[in-house]
Amino acid sequence: MAVVFERPKALLDVPFHYCPGCTHGIVHRLVAEAIDELGIEGRTVGIAPVGCSVMAYDYFACDMIEAAHGRAPAVATGVKRSDPDNLIVFTYQGDGDLASIGTAETVHAAARNENITIIFINNAIYGMTGGQMAPTSLPGQVTQTSPYGRDPKACGYPVKICEMLAQLEGPEYLERVTVNSVAHVRAAKKAIKKAFQNQIDGKGFSLIEVLSSCPTNWGMTPKKAMEWIDEKMIPYYPLGVYKDRSAGIGPGLGGKEDK
Amino acid sequence: MAKVTFRTDECKGCGLCIDACPKGILKLSEETINKKGHHPAECADPDACVGCASCALMCPDCIITVER
Repeated sequence: MAVVFERPKALLDVPFHYCPGCTHGIVHRLVAEAIDELGIEGRTVGIAPVGCSVMAYDYFACDMIEAAHGRAPAVATGVKRSDPDNLIVFTYQGDGDLASIGTAETVHAAARNENITIIFINNAIYGMTGGQMAPTSLPGQVTQTSPYGRDPKACGYPVKICEMLAQLEGPEYLERVTVNSVAHVRAAKKAIKKAFQNQIDGKGFSLIEVLSSCPTNWGMTPKKAMEWIDEKMIPYYPLGVYKDRSAGIGPGLGGKEDK
Repeated sequence: MAKVTFRTDECKGCGLCIDACPKGILKLSEETINKKGHHPAECADPDACVGCASCALMCPDCIITVER
């Protein structure tokens, strides 16, 4: 018998600290599989964020740097520019990191079309600090700091990162995926691998937004949390490619999205 | 002929593999409790496994190996 599935080599043999059913583990694995399949482990540098995935530096076999809260794209810019032809640089950030305190770094890295890869975990809540409302929390969503549900009149509306960045001329590739079913995991893997391939090809800024679950802070079982992504998150955050400049998809590029 | 193996002591008992299995042959062990204090996932009917690796694709802790 041949092994058809095993732990990727770019993922160290260390147990994850994440809660049961947390999709961080799935996305970590997809990133590691992309690194393995592209054969870039020896020249890859990952930038870890602040949030639940702060300890991502313990899990990947490549070199890792821990950035200040939200500043991973800025650190990634510096690392990439130090050796642009050789290094492959990715950041792994949550929504409290990328879409809140790190919005400026994210937007300007995209505007500059920095040749980096960003994996953006959107679980609509602050996980590590105990389930407070995030910029990405849905209208009406109950969190620790919105016990009656997020009220857009008081708290504004969620930040849709892919839609927002697609308006910029800079970025090369923006796609929103999820990992709540086998089919979606396969699609997410394809997108993440493409985001790394774009960087190898020198095409520029690629960001993959992954709709993820937080069973603990959502107050659901892992199974119910996966269903909640289908029922609530995907209608608000539609999946798909928001920009792919090489394929002519995106605002102002004349592709199918530009109607 | 296919074989699915779990690194039992690292299982957190989330059950996502159970929902992903198209054959419905995975379950949480009722008898055993692992080092973490969870009832780990196990295969109730190894002969029925087709080796599709759906369970492994959905496992957030990457503890499943599939051979075929």
